[in-house]
Amino acid sequence: MIRADITSKFFGEQQVLGQVQFTIAPGETVALLGPSGIGKSTILRIMAGIDTRFEGRVTRPENMAIVFQEPNLLPWRNALDNLLIPHPTLGAVAAREALEKVGLAGRDEAFPGQLSLGQQRRLALARAFAGAPEFLVMDEPFVSLDPEMADQMLSLTETLIAEARPATLFVTHARAEADRLADRVIALSGRPATLSQKADAA
Amino acid sequence: MRHSGVTTPVLSIVGLLLLWVVCATLTADPTVLPQPWALIAPAARELASGTLLYHLGATLLRVIWAFALAMAIGVTLGLAMGRSERVNRWLDPWLVIFLNLPALVLIVLCYLWIGLNETAAIIAVTLNKIPNVATVVREGARALSPELDAMAKVYRMSWWARMRHVTLPQLAPFITAAARSGVAVIWKIVLVVEFLGRSNGVGFQIHLYFQLFDVTMVLVYALSFIAVMLTVEWALLQPWERRVRRWRTA
Repeated sequence: MIRADITSKFFGEQQVLGQVQFTIAPGETVALLGPSGIGKSTILRIMAGIDTRFEGRVTRPENMAIVFQEPNLLPWRNALDNLLIPHPTLGAVAAREALEKVGLAGRDEAFPGQLSLGQQRRLALARAFAGAPEFLVMDEPFVSLDPEMADQMLSLTETLIAEARPATLFVTHARAEADRLADRVIALSGRPATLSQKADAA
Repeated sequence: MRHSGVTTPVLSIVGLLLLWVVCATLTADPTVLPQPWALIAPAARELASGTLLYHLGATLLRVIWAFALAMAIGVTLGLAMGRSERVNRWLDPWLVIFLNLPALVLIVLCYLWIGLNETAAIIAVTLNKIPNVATVVREGARALSPELDAMAKVYRMSWWARMRHVTLPQLAPFITAAARSGVAVIWKIVLVVEFLGRSNGVGFQIHLYFQLFDVTMVLVYALSFIAVMLTVEWALLQPWERRVRRWRTA
């Protein structure tokens, strides 16, 4: 069970987060919804263990994966190495299969700069799922994509989540994305931000 | 494109040689400035006797030691200072002092404190170069991507994997810049160190022939070592730089 129990988070003098408590069951996909700048990404960074300066407690498994707004790949390593470096125990065969699953078969040797932005994002998805994570956090992964590509990426993500069933926390400001991908939607509002009434499953 | 890329430097060097010939002709005194071809016979003699290679080797070994030490320590310091504002506040004044300390002062002090030996010579050169490497690498470390750091942290990459695949590739342009200016500066300081307190090496030979007022031999040794350093630049540094930059041009 993944549990967030955040009491407060300050940036300097300014309190950005108030009381934020929620849990995610194994295999459950939770969408964190809220307008831009409300503190969604801050919660995500706390949950991922990137930001450790906050009041409260977070319980999460060791084996985690993350998908950022940007692909955030290692531009100086090829596609295959971008999977193998974060997952050294994966092995080349499994890494090639992971590339194939996201439609990048045969692009092992390509550097991220040689891939299109869509392909880079799919490589980032492959990297997230390659380690069979128990907990996956996604930070607005479909923002700034055109509708057609966003739809493709959403379908791909749905497939991968259905297959690997990680507990997923998915941050977005788009209600439609949240309803489509998530089992449960929680919404952030106010300043300092707290969880508003829980919206029900789609 | 490739043709003109080689032709221009060659023509430029030929121009320098012509200038030398003109100056030597005007001077008309081989003890002040010999013609370029007058160096060939003495250079061949030194090469045949083994003296030239012995002294070149001694200098090259000191350059390699000082270069390796200065790069390793300088990159470590620069990385620490660029990543932590606290470390930077503590070490920055030291850096400023050492950057402004004349090379000669460090060399003399090292010889006085440590003695006229190899350790003192290499430490003196290394200390002269470290602040420079640290300053350049610090700039690179300040520009490291926090997003890639976050990625490495979430995927629990080992310290070694982070260094090798995340941090050092980002620092590579800065390390290369420090390395190239480093080699040039280091071999010049090594010569001074040898001039002042060693009994072999190119600097020692130049000192010897300086006392004999033998311009020809001073030029033979200086040019031989320039040739060695250009070979290092073309055969090692430039191919290495192309290799680490491969992903940019691919």
